[in-house]
Amino acid sequence: MAQSTVPQTAPAAGEPEARRGPLRGIEWRRYVIYIGFAFVFLFFAVLLGDEGFLSANNLLNIFRQTATITVIAVAMTYVIACAEIDLSVGSVAGLSSVVTAMALSRYGLVAGILAGLAVGLVVGAINGSLVSRLNIPSFLATLGMLGVAAGVAQWITASAPQPILSDTFNLVFGSGNLGPIPGLLVWSALAVVIGTVILSKTPFGRKVLATGGNRTAAEFTGINTKRIKFQVLLLSSVVASLAGMLYAGRLQSGRFQWGAGDELSAIAAVILGGTSLFGGAGSVIGTLFGALLIGLINNGLILAGLDSSQQQVVRGVIIILAVALARRK
Amino acid sequence: MAQALDGGLAVQMRGVFKSFDGVPVLKGVDLEVARGEVHALAGGNGAGKSTLMKILQGVYPMDGGEILIDGQPVALTSIQEAKAAGIGMVFQEFSLVPTLTVAQNIYLTTEPRGAGGLINDREAGAKAREVFRTMDVQVNPNATVGDLSTAYWQLTEIAKALAQEARVLIMDEPTASLAKHEADALFELVQRLKARDISIIYISHRMDEIYRIADRITVLRDGRGLFTRPLSEVTPAQVVEGIVGRQIEGMLEWGARDAGEQAAEPLLEVRNLNAGPRVRDVSFTLQAGEIVGLAGLMGSGRTELARVLFGIDRLESGEILLRGQRVDASDAGAAIAAGIALIPEDRRAQGLVLDHSVNDNLLLPLLPQVRRGPFVNDSEGRSLARSLIERFAVKVANPSRAVRLLSGGNQQKVVIAKWLGTEPDLLIMDEPTAGVDIGTKSEILARIRELAVSGKGVLVISSELPELLAVSDRVLVLRDGSVTRELPRQDIPDEESLQLAVQGV
Repeated sequence: MAQSTVPQTAPAAGEPEARRGPLRGIEWRRYVIYIGFAFVFLFFAVLLGDEGFLSANNLLNIFRQTATITVIAVAMTYVIACAEIDLSVGSVAGLSSVVTAMALSRYGLVAGILAGLAVGLVVGAINGSLVSRLNIPSFLATLGMLGVAAGVAQWITASAPQPILSDTFNLVFGSGNLGPIPGLLVWSALAVVIGTVILSKTPFGRKVLATGGNRTAAEFTGINTKRIKFQVLLLSSVVASLAGMLYAGRLQSGRFQWGAGDELSAIAAVILGGTSLFGGAGSVIGTLFGALLIGLINNGLILAGLDSSQQQVVRGVIIILAVALARRK
Repeated sequence: MAQALDGGLAVQMRGVFKSFDGVPVLKGVDLEVARGEVHALAGGNGAGKSTLMKILQGVYPMDGGEILIDGQPVALTSIQEAKAAGIGMVFQEFSLVPTLTVAQNIYLTTEPRGAGGLINDREAGAKAREVFRTMDVQVNPNATVGDLSTAYWQLTEIAKALAQEARVLIMDEPTASLAKHEADALFELVQRLKARDISIIYISHRMDEIYRIADRITVLRDGRGLFTRPLSEVTPAQVVEGIVGRQIEGMLEWGARDAGEQAAEPLLEVRNLNAGPRVRDVSFTLQAGEIVGLAGLMGSGRTELARVLFGIDRLESGEILLRGQRVDASDAGAAIAAGIALIPEDRRAQGLVLDHSVNDNLLLPLLPQVRRGPFVNDSEGRSLARSLIERFAVKVANPSRAVRLLSGGNQQKVVIAKWLGTEPDLLIMDEPTAGVDIGTKSEILARIRELAVSGKGVLVISSELPELLAVSDRVLVLRDGSVTRELPRQDIPDEESLQLAVQGV
C-alpha cells in the first residue's frame, strides 16, 4: 500500500527545480553501508582500543587482508548490476594461483603472469558463452565452473602447494610496499578507481546498468545484451585470476585452497555496498566499504578473542542485519 | 487535414507479407502515412497491427513487400536501422530502464562524451531539458525513472525518440494507463509534434481518441487492410464494424434490469473503511444481483479500495460485512473463503502465471476441488478446466500450452473464468476490459450482466465511462479516497455528466 503510492507522491517530476524538505531528500538507506561502517569501526575502537585495534599496523592489516576480496568484489559489482551472478571467482583465484606458480617456476616471470591471466580468460569465456549463447542461468553455469576450476587446481598439483621463488613476482603481487603503502592496498585502490570510472562514466558501464535494469528496454535501444553479459562474466573471471595472483604473491606460493569461499564474501560485500541484487544499480565505492566492513568485522572478532566458529556466527548475523537495513525493495 | 496530406509521404508500406511458422499473419498490407499526419491504426486482436509495427521498427523481417521512408526504399533489418531511418516507438509496455535517470535513458547508447571519452551526464541533462522544452512539457531530467509515474515514462519515451531525430512516432495505446488530464496533455503534445511535421501512427481501441486526434484511419482485419479513409468520411459505427466484422448492437447501451427485490440485508456492506491515504471513510452497500460501478480518476483510490476488500492491503479501521457476517479481511485467502473474488487490474502481473498452462492457471484457485487425498487429480482437473473454457468461450487450441501465447482478450477471459470457477458471491473487477479488443469487450460486458442476473454482486472499476454506464445499476464516484457521489444509473443522462462528476466540477 505504502509502496503503491510512492510514484504519485514522489516529488513531482513536473516541478524540475522543486526542492524537497531538508530530510526527505536523503535516502538514508543508500548510505547505510557508510553509517554501518562508521558504527562498527567506532564500536571496535572503543571496545578493542587496548587490544591494538587502532594501531596503524592493525589497520593496514585489515586493508591487506581484504585486498583480494575487494578486487574480486569490484568485478562482482558489474556482474550483479547486470543481474547475473558469478560463483566461480573463488575457485578461479585458486586455479590461477597454482597455474601461475607452476608456469613461473618452469618458464619464468612473464609466462607465469600470462598463464594466470589466461586461466581467467578461458574460464570467463566459457562462463560467458554458457550464459549468453546457451542461455544457461549464470547461477548454474558458474556453480558448475566453481567445481570444475577447484577440481582442476587440486588435480594438476596433486593437492601440493606450489612455491614461488621469484622475488619480483612476490614483491609486485602482494608482498611488497610502495613507500609506506602496502602493495595490496595499491592494487585494491587501482581496482576501485578504475571500476568506479568505467561503471559510471563509460558507455560500457551504462550498458551494463541498462542490461541489468531492464533487458528488454536495453535490447530495444540497440544494446547487444548477450555481448554485455559475456563481457561482464569474462571481466569477472579475469579479475578473479588477478586476485589469485595476489594470493600467490602474498603467500609466496600457489595453492588450490587460495580463494576458496571468496565468492560469498565478494557477493556479501557487493550487496552490503548497495548494489541491487535485481540488477540495474551498482556502486563500486559502496562495494569497497562492504568489503572493508567484512574485513573489519573479521579483524575485530579475532582481537576480541572469539574462536573461528563464533566468528562465523557473529559475521553471519551482522551481514544479515546490514543487508536487511540496506534493502531497498 | 488536407494540408497534412500535402506534405508528401513519410512512410509507405506496400504489400507486406509475414508468416509465423507457416501461419500467415499479414497478407499483403498497405499503409501510407503522410508527413505531419496522425494516422490511426485499428483492428481486433490478431488483425496484425503489432506485427506490422514490429516490421516497421525492424524487429521482424518481412517475407514480402517493400517499405519506403520519405520516398526512398529502405531495408529495415534491425532496430538500429529503423531508428536511423527515423522511426521511433512509444511502447505499450514501457521500455525504459527504471534504475537510470530520465536523461540517462534518453541518451542511452548515444551519451554525450566529455574529456577522455567519458560520459558527460551534465550535458545529457542539459540536452534532455532542451528536448523537453521543445515538447513544452516539464520533466526533471535528473529524476530516476523508477520514481516517476507512467505519464512521465511516456514523455521520457517520446523525448528519447525525438532526441534520436525520429520523424515517425508509433504510439501503441498511449493513453491506456493515463488519467484524463494526462491524456489531454498527451493529445496537445501530439498536436505540437504534428506542427513540427512529425508523423504519428496511433494505435488505439478507443474511438473517441481516434476521432479527436487522428486525420486518417487504416483498419486491419485478418492480416489485410480493410480500408484507409479520412475520419471525416467514416462514422465510428463503420470503424467498429470494420474492426469486428459484424455490427455490434447495443454493446455499450444500458438496459434497465429488474434488479430483483431489495433484500433486507445487502450482500455487501462496507462501513467507514479506512486504509492509508487512498481509502478514507468509505461506506456503501451492494445488493445481490446488483452491478455497482466505481468511477474516479487515476489515484482516486479505486484500486486501493478493491485491494482492501480482497484482503491484500490491511484496513486500518471500519468493517466489511458480507451477508451480515463480518469478513476477516486480513488476507486474500480469507476473502476467497468468504466468497469474494478479485479480477485484478494487471492480468500479466497479478492475474496469471504467464508461463504456466491455461489449465494450471484455471485450476490454481480451484485446487481444493480437484484433490484426491494429498494429490491433484489430473483428469478431474482437466475436465473442470475444459468446462470453464467452454463456459467462457476462451479461444484456446491446446489448454496445456502456456497462457502467455494467448491474445490479451483471451488471457482476460482465463482470469475471469479462473475466479468464477470459485463460485464467488461478490466479484470485484478492476479494469476488466483494459487492452482487449472490441469483440471480447462486448463478450465480457455481457458476462458481467449475466453474473448479476444469476444473483451475484459485481463491483466494476473502470476508467472507461461508457463501459461503466453500460453495465452499472449504480455508480459510486471516488475522489481522493472518499465516495463523493452515489448516482443511480437512471440519474446519469450521458457520459459527459458522469465525466463531470468524476472530475468533481
